[in-house]
Amino acid sequence: MLANIFSQDLPRSKVLTVILVVILAGLLATPFIFPGARSLNVGAKIAVFIVLAASYDLMLGYTGIVSFAHTMCFGIGAYGIGIASTQMGPTWTAMAVGVVAALLLSTVLALGISLFSLRVRAIFFAMITLAVAAAFMTMASQLSDWTGGEDGLNFKVPELISPAFSLSDEKFLGASLDGKLIAYYLVVVVSGGLFLLMLRIVNSPFGRVLMAIRDNDFRSEALGYRNVIYRSLSSVLAAVFATLAGILYALWLRYNGPGTTLSFDIMIDVLLIVVIGGMGTLYGAVVGSALFNIAQGYLQDLLKLAHGNIDTIPVIGALFHPDRWLFWLGLLFVLSIYFFPFGIVGKLRAGALARKPTAT
Amino acid sequence: MSTTTPIAPATVEDLPAAPRDWMPLLLIPILILLALPLVGSFPTWATLTIAGLAMGLIIFLVASGLTLVFGLMDVMNFGHGIFVALGAFVGVTTISALGGWTASSSFALNLAAIGCAGLAAAVVAGTVGVLFERIVVRPVYGLHLKQILVTMGGMIVAEQVILALWGPEARPMMRPASLQGSFIFADIAVEKFRLLAVCLGLTIFAAMSLLLNRTKLGLLIRAGVQDREMVEAMGYRVRFLFIGVFAAGSALAGLGGTMFGLYQEMVTTAIGAQMMVLIFIVIIIGGLGSVGGCFVGALLVGLASNYIGFVAPKVNLFSSILLMVLILLWRPQGLFPVAKR
Amino acid sequence: MSAAAAEPLLALEGVHTHIGPYHILHGVDLAVAKGRITMLLGRNGAGKTTTLRTVMGLWQASAGAIHFDGRNIAGLATPDVARLDIAYVPESMGIFSDLTVRENLFLAARKGPLDSARLDWIFGFMPALKTFWLQRAGLLSGGQKQMLSIARAMVEPRRLLLVDEPSKGLAPVIIQNLIVAFKALRAEGVTILLVEQNFNFASMVGDTVAVMDNGRVVHAGVMADLIADEALQARLLGLSLDSHQ
Repeated sequence: MLANIFSQDLPRSKVLTVILVVILAGLLATPFIFPGARSLNVGAKIAVFIVLAASYDLMLGYTGIVSFAHTMCFGIGAYGIGIASTQMGPTWTAMAVGVVAALLLSTVLALGISLFSLRVRAIFFAMITLAVAAAFMTMASQLSDWTGGEDGLNFKVPELISPAFSLSDEKFLGASLDGKLIAYYLVVVVSGGLFLLMLRIVNSPFGRVLMAIRDNDFRSEALGYRNVIYRSLSSVLAAVFATLAGILYALWLRYNGPGTTLSFDIMIDVLLIVVIGGMGTLYGAVVGSALFNIAQGYLQDLLKLAHGNIDTIPVIGALFHPDRWLFWLGLLFVLSIYFFPFGIVGKLRAGALARKPTAT
Repeated sequence: MSTTTPIAPATVEDLPAAPRDWMPLLLIPILILLALPLVGSFPTWATLTIAGLAMGLIIFLVASGLTLVFGLMDVMNFGHGIFVALGAFVGVTTISALGGWTASSSFALNLAAIGCAGLAAAVVAGTVGVLFERIVVRPVYGLHLKQILVTMGGMIVAEQVILALWGPEARPMMRPASLQGSFIFADIAVEKFRLLAVCLGLTIFAAMSLLLNRTKLGLLIRAGVQDREMVEAMGYRVRFLFIGVFAAGSALAGLGGTMFGLYQEMVTTAIGAQMMVLIFIVIIIGGLGSVGGCFVGALLVGLASNYIGFVAPKVNLFSSILLMVLILLWRPQGLFPVAKR
Repeated sequence: MSAAAAEPLLALEGVHTHIGPYHILHGVDLAVAKGRITMLLGRNGAGKTTTLRTVMGLWQASAGAIHFDGRNIAGLATPDVARLDIAYVPESMGIFSDLTVRENLFLAARKGPLDSARLDWIFGFMPALKTFWLQRAGLLSGGQKQMLSIARAMVEPRRLLLVDEPSKGLAPVIIQNLIVAFKALRAEGVTILLVEQNFNFASMVGDTVAVMDNGRVVHAGVMADLIADEALQARLLGLSLDSHQ
């Protein structure tokens, strides 16, 4: 039963299982054990970034193609909700229109880019997506009548999931039962469902073909699979999930702007999450997202501590400045590509295998 | 490295000239002429054309090394932009250190200041390029996916180091006194610095063409781009050639960074990522690995972005993408596809 | 003339080569006699090209020894192999098509400027190269490209030539020129290892012969013996010719 929900693709490492259970329990219990806006925000962001990073892993880890336009789809999802809400009012109909429009736009763009550039080679795809994403971002900040430009959009969401809505005046275990709480659980539960769906996809025959193409594209082509078609499908699927992640994020934040979903910095964050967590494992997205979003908050505090002690040393001291936290993650990123290409999850699984030499 | 050796066979018969592919070159004058009615005013059009050429040539400086590195070793360095940023910051520091020269009204001293800045930028970027090749790129030869990721990661780290060294604030980059402002010539305003950028860009393009067409080193590079294995099977160590090209490409990117900083009169760490997008568009348009294509592509992108920036500023970057799509529809491998094995 | 008696310039002993997950050479033993032309025959996929590429260091042997002039060169990088005066003409010809004929030959003359007397000697076999001296090599016909690729290997004196299927797709007239060129090289003292599928061509130029199948050498001997022994020919050429034509 449990194995079925996870599509027979279990964590395969005790430590990893424990970590995943802790992350899941943490996400579910956050409103009660860490009440407060900041921890709820971190929890929701972790959940959304799990979907975003896992969908990126569909392409990067499972299909072996690098796209830099993934946050473009993330942004399209978020803008879909934002624009629909500002133009049509915060109704469920508007949300539905926003969702459908965003999914359509993402699909069309992803399919277009893939068919246009995946025929040639993976590097070409990476370069073109980088260019398209940059152009899209400029466009989004230029079309300020719709998108709010650089300032972004503040918008309302349907009453049920807005903070003004209240289920009961009573507090339950210290948390107020309001629309914010409902929105939080909506984000966490839908994210979980999307994650399980992706797990199902990569363990389906379709997923196996993707991996075959990744490992040996000549061979799979010779076996009669049209690599371009499969790669394009993978990139479209990834785009769809990224758009859904963007939709969830917008519903949660009730705000969207270029820096929140579209920017290249977010793209880098996703890369860091997937690579450090573990490419081609999907679970890596969960571990990576939790680690990254917690690090984003707390690595800076740690650096602040270190910086206080050594800020007299030039350059080295500057690298310990809290604003330079990306330096350390970047270093970890490069080192993980060299030394543990399947990230934390790969490392944990290898460890589990080593302890159980009979296991195959 | 010896230059061309005079070798005349006993008699060389009159040969029909090899058909050269001129069509892509025509795109430049076509674009320039098409822009005239769009822009409307002749002096504005002329100003924009010069600005476009200046910008295009600066992009060429930066992109040429990257396209050669790709052609020679099949390495796409997604971190190339970091050399641009590094060059820009080294340029800023040098220029401000030479405050006396830049403030002077002597054109020679001003030029010397820019020369020193460009040289310092090239040397620093070239040196870092060699390190980058050794530490970041070499372990992942032949592995495209890892190459993209690792060079990107290298850029994240290097960018943070630049931030640590120079701080996060944008730096103004003053042009030297005699290069500020414009000439007015028959109603056409020509910024002096842009003229200098055009001259420098053309000089470097000419030097590079000479090197690639007239020297053994250059011929080896071109041969290596087409068939690396065969060059090695002839006894040449392509690895050294590659390190040289990588260093030279980084140095040119550094020089381009200084020039771009002066062009924008402002330097931020984002300059690298910002240029990276244009560079990719340019080398895709030109054909991966082709220096000539890179030249044409850079001019097209520089010109188009200045014209469109004037006519419809909102779709500026999109115009470069549109240009790329149109050119790829015409020639799917870029303007000058490099004949690979 | 006993070819087998000549001491080998190149000798492979138990060479294995893997390409990615595929095991291509399964212990190749091959001796190439000094100053002779050795033909390497065998059907497609027998491992002939892989053998040449392994000698050149373009693929590294996973086991075995490659002796050149008494020295084990297995594991050397390609440029270092080439610097032992070993020239390689790949099946793809490896022409630099953006470069002119002159520039192609200029690069092939690694040690110094082109020697015009030697060029004239080469033009004697390959007049087309003189005609198209300043043309881009990409514009040459297939046969002319093949000529150019062999001329590159001749432009400076070399000790060993590795040539992969020179006769492939060439007109009979051009093949005649090739035969003359190889014989002239042999007269100069160059050792040649030629991969071939065309037995007619092979029988006209070869002194010794080795036949490969499934990544091993299954027959080695004097060419004349093979030409004389029709039964052997039928057995071996059944192997080597079934995919030809």
